[in-house]
Amino acid sequence: MSHQALIATRKGLFELVRGSAGWTVERSSFLGDPVTLTLFDRRDGTLYAALNLGHFGVKLHRRERDAQDWTEIAVPAYPPQPEGQDGDKGDVEWKLRLIWALAAGGAGEPGVLWAGTAPGGLFRSGDRGDSWELVRSLWEVPERREWFGGGYDYPGIHSICVDPHDSRRLLVGISCGGAWITRDGGASWTVSAAGMRAAYMPPEQADVQHIQDPHAIVQCPAAPDVFWCQHHNGIWRTSDGAARWQQLGQDGNGLMPGLVSDFGFAVAAHPRDPGTAWFVPAAADQKRIPVDAALAVTRTRDGGKSFETLRRGLPQEHCYDLVYRHGLAVADDGQTLMMGSTTGGLWVSENGGDDWQAISTTLPPIYAVRFR
Amino acid sequence: MATIVFTQQLRRFTEIPEVVTDAADLRAALEAAFAVNPRLRGYVLDEQGHLRQHVAVFVDGRRIADRVALTDALRADSSVHVLQALSGG
Repeated sequence: MSHQALIATRKGLFELVRGSAGWTVERSSFLGDPVTLTLFDRRDGTLYAALNLGHFGVKLHRRERDAQDWTEIAVPAYPPQPEGQDGDKGDVEWKLRLIWALAAGGAGEPGVLWAGTAPGGLFRSGDRGDSWELVRSLWEVPERREWFGGGYDYPGIHSICVDPHDSRRLLVGISCGGAWITRDGGASWTVSAAGMRAAYMPPEQADVQHIQDPHAIVQCPAAPDVFWCQHHNGIWRTSDGAARWQQLGQDGNGLMPGLVSDFGFAVAAHPRDPGTAWFVPAAADQKRIPVDAALAVTRTRDGGKSFETLRRGLPQEHCYDLVYRHGLAVADDGQTLMMGSTTGGLWVSENGGDDWQAISTTLPPIYAVRFR
Repeated sequence: MATIVFTQQLRRFTEIPEVVTDAADLRAALEAAFAVNPRLRGYVLDEQGHLRQHVAVFVDGRRIADRVALTDALRADSSVHVLQALSGG
């Protein structure tokens, strides 16, 4: 069982511990300031916290293993934007808007970190965040000019999956820019969203890979060719390293039995079982509340051939909590799940989602939940 | 000499220098402050060197005109206030 969790919220970072009486908040940091994301680097025990100060910009802080205090470190900064070139007309402003993804590099590359940002830049650090460099090879793919915002006015990288068996292989998920893969540590990139379908585009462009809106993409650590995607228009899975994605949850008659909706933001992949994943359904893209105002979690344990909707312990009346893309996490045991909502609800399950308990319903709006 | 006064709100995050400078324009004056505390730059300007969207600067009581190049001129006795815009909830 996992015993510690990090909850990044609109008004601070809360660290939870599992004691004999259950999960409680052990400490808070950055109280009053928006903390958008955290990373626990299990290679060296370091914690990272990304802040998005309303007035003063995006900041990144680091806390060493066993230390009490945070230290502000460098943020990924975009290089000077070229001026006056025809090709740059209409480009986004090269300004860091948000750190939307943080990932540790492989076990054999200590100090390497990856950061996904809005407006669409991927950054690499080789020194634990003391400095960052824009990954130009991805920033300069011609298709980037056709990426666009989903949820924000500009595109953003929200998912970074580092292959645990080969850290040169990365997949990044972009709203709205599809999924991209590198097999050479970021030197070259290939769009890898074949099979996804965008109903929000003109029909002739629905299959274009680099305008897909994957809300979140996660990888099964034990079977790294398996990825799960909660997309704007449904649920997808690949078992061939993202060469081809299969839509799940729809049969010839529409939504499959066991599913209340295939719209949502969050997805969590079981650490060992490539057939198991969890989702948090919402009513629809035009109506972002739980179906029938009753909170539920969707689970599949057979690779998406069937789904079940789990509700025990979750509020079933007048619940308008939405779980964003980083708001659901599964621990290494594959049994402990935690999810946090836009209205400050936080729930835990310690039996794979069958039963849930509220930890709090009065936290600030929750951006990200992570186990450590 | 012109003086620069930063909002006390910034003190929560980083050191706020007291700067008196003979700079002729706003950018030069801010550079004098960033020379004292380099971390302050990222709180006031973005990476393109533009004033952050929700930071307000007044020179002698008037909101500055040029938030991009920061060319607003300073007099020898100008008073510069770097403040946060009103927002939030």
